[in-house]
Amino acid sequence: MTLASVVIVGAGQAGFQVAASLRQEGYDGRITLIGDEPGLPYQRPPLSKAYLLGKIQETNLLFRPAEFYATQRIELLHNQATAIDRVNRRVVLASGDAISYDHLVLATGAHNRPLPVPGGELPQVFGIKTKADADALAPLAKAARNVVVIGAGFIGLEFAAVAAALGANVHVLELAERPMARAVSREMSELFRQAHEQWGVHFDFRQGLSRIDGDNGKVCAVQTADGRVLPADLVVFGIGVIPNAQLATEADLAIENGIKVDANLLTSDPRISALGDVASFPCLQNDEQHTRLESVQNAIDQARAVASRLMGKPAPYSALPWFWTDQGDLKLQIAGLSHGYDSTVVLGSAKDKQLSVLCFRNDRLVAVESCNRMGDHMAARKILARAPKLTAAEAAADGFDLKAWEAANRD
Amino acid sequence: MPTLTFIEHNGTAHQVKGDIGQSVMQAATFASVPGIPADCGGACSCATCHAYVDEAWLNTVQAPEGMENDMLEYAFERRDNSRLSCQLIISQEMDGMVLHLPSSQF
Repeated sequence: MTLASVVIVGAGQAGFQVAASLRQEGYDGRITLIGDEPGLPYQRPPLSKAYLLGKIQETNLLFRPAEFYATQRIELLHNQATAIDRVNRRVVLASGDAISYDHLVLATGAHNRPLPVPGGELPQVFGIKTKADADALAPLAKAARNVVVIGAGFIGLEFAAVAAALGANVHVLELAERPMARAVSREMSELFRQAHEQWGVHFDFRQGLSRIDGDNGKVCAVQTADGRVLPADLVVFGIGVIPNAQLATEADLAIENGIKVDANLLTSDPRISALGDVASFPCLQNDEQHTRLESVQNAIDQARAVASRLMGKPAPYSALPWFWTDQGDLKLQIAGLSHGYDSTVVLGSAKDKQLSVLCFRNDRLVAVESCNRMGDHMAARKILARAPKLTAAEAAADGFDLKAWEAANRD
Repeated sequence: MPTLTFIEHNGTAHQVKGDIGQSVMQAATFASVPGIPADCGGACSCATCHAYVDEAWLNTVQAPEGMENDMLEYAFERRDNSRLSCQLIISQEMDGMVLHLPSSQF
């Protein structure tokens, strides 16, 4: 099967990587990469941390310089795909043009769930998704005295750490009872709660907001759900994302919490793949239930899988999920998916800010969360990539060392 | 612009120009040097930008510390001259530096 042309919609981490991997694998046909943001494709993780703090510059965000796209013959279009004509195998663009494809890749990502309260439209209210968001936010973050963060997930807490480091009073409102409640264990949440409080961040758990007040068009306060008024000159929210599945929905592709794909990352149309944040795939590490993961690792590994398949080497996608977040001097790394874990074993000490939490389900290791214990994280990735035989009792024994166990239990 | 030379495990050499202040990893990925996937983009979170600093250049770079050292513990075939290239920031003194790439990143 030789494909004359591959069209990729979405020039984020997943879309870029499909293009790069196709060329790396020797694909010689036409590659069109369509992105609706200006500039060259860039990485998003630093937007809510290092880039905001000015620790890295704009060019450090880029995946590749401009020459790469020319030499690799990757046609980068700054445009928006508005429709898929599956019968004629064409993507229609906002400019009115249409581009033919032999294979179409949907890497359309996700957008921030909007903040559904009065005042949410004020100019000092930010979600962080694009470089433009971060560029507009950075000067306000430096000048802000009172920052209210809505949502204590990865993005919210990364920003809270940045704002605290910049000297603002930071108040975080979170509907759940602890930080990163959907992503990490109670033990790890507690370590991060304490660290943020030491940095001066104030938490309100089980608390939402009812409105954001403005004065002459500028944010001046946030009203909590229980009726308190918090002074604010900047509000940043991170309350989850919504997959950008509209294009696929309108093209009648199967949808299930994002674009539904099979184990080979093919949509219900065999000439269309979907991957990354927008794709809901049967996840090996989640009992093959359809799962949508929002992570760099997922975008990159799925992109490699799609490129390999298009080059005639199909294989069911099975890569181990892993994640990271940097907050202040804490690096949290997670290997595996802890969904439904029923017991934990803790290594290290929260007091020293060096902690690993091993999550077990039915006495099988399913995930390892590590804070400032990179060795444990790397060992966990090796262990979890095979069917791990480590039991909770073994891990709980005095003097247990995850790295030593990994070294002793290689095949 | 300092020039760096990356030598793949199979002996293929790549001369790459880097900007002062840029990471060695980014200089390599910008030039599409094979063998440095650098999945996390330079956040010191993935250990897929491992390189060996040529012995003759070891005095030009600091020894790895903290997070990098911990990550390197799990890099494939770590040696005394192993570094994560995302943590090496290019300076004028590095002009001419040679780095060798491992046979595998993980």
